[in-house]
Amino acid sequence: MIDAATIERTFFDLRHRLLRALQRPALDLPLLGALLLLATIGLATLYSASNLDRHMVINQGLRFVLGGVLMLLIARVPPTVLRNWTPWLYMASLLLLMVVAVLGQGRGAHRWLDLKIMRFQPSELVKLTLPMMAAWYLHARELPPRWTALAALALLIGAPALLIARQPDLGTALLVVASGVFAVFLAGLAWWRIGVALAALASAAPLAWPFMHEYQRNRLLMFLNPESDPLGNGWHIIQSEIAVGSGGWLGKGWHQGTQSQLEFLPEHTTDFIFAVFSEEWGLVGVLLLLALYIFIVGRGLWIASNARDTYSRLLAGSISMAFFVYVMVNGGMITGLLPVVGVPLPLISYGGTSAVSLLAGFGVLMSIHSHRRLLPR
Amino acid sequence: MNKRARIKDARHESALFRTRAIAGFLLIVACLSLLGARFFYLQVTRHDEFSSRSDSNRISIRRIVPSRGLIFDRNGVLLADNTAAFRLEVVPEQVGRMDAMLDALSAVVPLSEDDIQRFNALRRTKRPFDSVPLRLKLSEDEIARFSVERWRFPGVDVVPYLTRSYPLGEEFAHVVGYVGRIDVNEASRLDADLYAGTTHVGKTGIERSYEAQLHGKPGYEQVEVNADKRVQRSIKREAPSPGSNLYLTIDSRLQKVAEAAFAGRAGAAVAIDPRNGEVLAMVSVPSYDTNLFVNGINQIDYSTLLNAEDRPLLNRALAGGYLPGSTIKPYVGLAGLELGIRKPEDTVLSTGEFFIPGDTKRAYRDDQRWGHGRVDLREAIAQSVNTYFYGMALEMGIDRFSVALAKFGFGAPTGIDLLGESSGVLPSREWKRGRFNQAWYPGETVIAGIGQGAWVVTPLQLGQAVSIIAARGVRHQPHLLRAVQEGINTDPQPVPLPTPAPGIVHNPANWTAVEQGMINVVNTPSGTAHGMGDGFPYVIAGKTGTAERFSRTDEEWTSIGSSPIQRHQVLFECFAPADDARIAVVVALEAGRSGAHDAAPIARAILDAWARYDDVPREVTSR
Repeated sequence: MIDAATIERTFFDLRHRLLRALQRPALDLPLLGALLLLATIGLATLYSASNLDRHMVINQGLRFVLGGVLMLLIARVPPTVLRNWTPWLYMASLLLLMVVAVLGQGRGAHRWLDLKIMRFQPSELVKLTLPMMAAWYLHARELPPRWTALAALALLIGAPALLIARQPDLGTALLVVASGVFAVFLAGLAWWRIGVALAALASAAPLAWPFMHEYQRNRLLMFLNPESDPLGNGWHIIQSEIAVGSGGWLGKGWHQGTQSQLEFLPEHTTDFIFAVFSEEWGLVGVLLLLALYIFIVGRGLWIASNARDTYSRLLAGSISMAFFVYVMVNGGMITGLLPVVGVPLPLISYGGTSAVSLLAGFGVLMSIHSHRRLLPR
Repeated sequence: MNKRARIKDARHESALFRTRAIAGFLLIVACLSLLGARFFYLQVTRHDEFSSRSDSNRISIRRIVPSRGLIFDRNGVLLADNTAAFRLEVVPEQVGRMDAMLDALSAVVPLSEDDIQRFNALRRTKRPFDSVPLRLKLSEDEIARFSVERWRFPGVDVVPYLTRSYPLGEEFAHVVGYVGRIDVNEASRLDADLYAGTTHVGKTGIERSYEAQLHGKPGYEQVEVNADKRVQRSIKREAPSPGSNLYLTIDSRLQKVAEAAFAGRAGAAVAIDPRNGEVLAMVSVPSYDTNLFVNGINQIDYSTLLNAEDRPLLNRALAGGYLPGSTIKPYVGLAGLELGIRKPEDTVLSTGEFFIPGDTKRAYRDDQRWGHGRVDLREAIAQSVNTYFYGMALEMGIDRFSVALAKFGFGAPTGIDLLGESSGVLPSREWKRGRFNQAWYPGETVIAGIGQGAWVVTPLQLGQAVSIIAARGVRHQPHLLRAVQEGINTDPQPVPLPTPAPGIVHNPANWTAVEQGMINVVNTPSGTAHGMGDGFPYVIAGKTGTAERFSRTDEEWTSIGSSPIQRHQVLFECFAPADDARIAVVVALEAGRSGAHDAAPIARAILDAWARYDDVPREVTSR
């Protein structure tokens, strides 16, 4: 039997919990606000870039909701639990990558596992599990890391990166490698070791040429000289630069960008949506957007600095810095500063999995934030 | 080593992280600043360049082809019209493999070898994003079949256009002419701006000589296009100015009657208003249907026309060469009188034979074996007495002869507003030296006096000459364009006539004598064309001509058999009313018994038609 007192107590309990949650939320409000603002800008830009396609905007909005829920859930999981699960999660995601590689035999780009309900990209999972693994590995060891530790880390990072690059998905592979490398960097890897690694990388770069796909070589050549084939491979870069450049200081106005509206700009809802934004909002809009991204990265690094332990610090730091890589690679691509690599503009490009995995990453940051040291040093 | 010996220093690690986080953040800010600088470079420094490239992406200029001017006869009867049709056009830029596409397309819409050749040639003169016509005048069936398969052929489209049609194509083939597809030579000659989008150009006749007036000025439209070059909206439009409508001097009723009167016999007729040089009718038989040429004549039809023995493509009125024969006599007579060699009433004895003084070997004959007896100029013209003119020409001498006859326009193009006119041959020392590098013999002067020998005239030249006689010595430039209408809402403006040169007749009595001779040809019992003017409301003055096509000594003379029809070129020239001429007519037939028997009835038919319609007001009427 449920008596009135029990009901009253339950209600009181709920109210009490709600009040506590409001007084000391498990979320970092500035970061949450910035993300909400970014998502809003993203949906508005998408609405324009899709030529007022409500269906696309609603789809994307639903993904944001899904990602948001995931973020809230992860935020409730203490970092210590995450740390304990890390090796298992890492191995599971590596296994999934291998499944994809096997199933994808003989087909073109194969990145998905069809789960009937939704398509799932294991490489998105790796974006989270790899920095976790790097942080987990470094957490237990003396910092800054030495050569032996670095060799082990190179294996941990290289294995999934190679599998992803073979899909082929160079953009994601790059992001995955970056998040691992950032963890090592934040762990305090000696500057001279960084110098040696960079020099080795630079000298080994030409060796990659024979292993590249034809389209990847084309992209690289086109990046070096887009006008050599303006209607073919150079089209993307040229039209994107025209879109950006014709925007000027203040842009052509929302839904007034001719480059995207008349479809001169290819992939204007996904990889090249930043060009649409630049065309319609101009340099002022671009700088404000970049400022917003810098704020998010900075806030992430601030959360990392205040984290409770090395694992949390490195994880939060590398997630934040990887976020920057998205912006840099995408922005560099649409302005012709970097070669064409399929990296979305975070929370603005249309496409589900990256939005969800990004928001999940921010869930980790939120969790680290809410379980931070209570007393500042 | 011993891991336990080294204790993790949390405080140190945290500090280390803090420095690294700050370094990382600075690195990030630096990178994003670089990106921002790149945006500044594109959006501010190079803004103008990209802005114009963005505009040239989206804005494309389309030429709007002007509609070609219409052609009417003097009474507003339509001779050249624009009618709606459909054609296939290709934008080469949007076609992947052209040869494969053409192969596949020809299975849907038949393409001739000709179509493809023409298309490929034309394509080279255009820019890759210009639409190039491939097949003209699609049938409804072809349009329907293509529409179903359209998706297979990006860059290929059915486009409506105006095509030329000639309601009286056959009757006016040699006057109005026709338009045809612009070929490679023309494409390089024509003004690319003016002819952007135009597919046809005047090839012959009025269509050719008045191309500039008929074509008009193209308009343009600035349109916004998307990446597939599909038009989204119009930004700015300037309407084309259509070509001018032309009103010809021709009366299509006369033209039809003249054409019919030939009944298919090869020859030509010209009717001119001697008061102003307006060409009322100009016929060349056989003719052809000009509509065949507009959308590309097929090879079989073309070679049939080209190789036909009676050469329908030849404009006989303009370029057909005829021996004038006796039709030259009124001019020789008038020239002789004007030069004072004879007085009109002086008589000459015709005995049937004429000898050059001092040379009795070669006899120059009259038509009648025993001669015509004693004749003055009037009778010499009426009965076509050779002897009279043999003597007159001989006394004139070839030099004065050719100068005097040049005044009637012989030996030179008339300057009519059509291309392709030939100048004929006026016998002269210079001509012979130039042509054969030989000296002139007096005997040649003798036969020149009766229109034989070196003479070659075109029917139009003869028409001009008889018009000069009809107008008492005044020459008016023969012409075909009567009025020009610019724009639909304006009245046709008459084309001003050049002031004629002073008359070539100094003594009116000389002219009267020649005119009387020509009246007698038709109206006295001894006249060679006696009876051809019976029942006509006006007095007709005329002259017959029956020229031998071959010398009697030639083998051909005997080989063609006994039919006299094959032996002669027959001509008739006349004007009416004799005292105040309003029409002059020349008829030339390539074969016939005599001028009176075969050519005169055709001239009479034209005159009858003229008399029937003459009371119709002469103002140009617009449609």
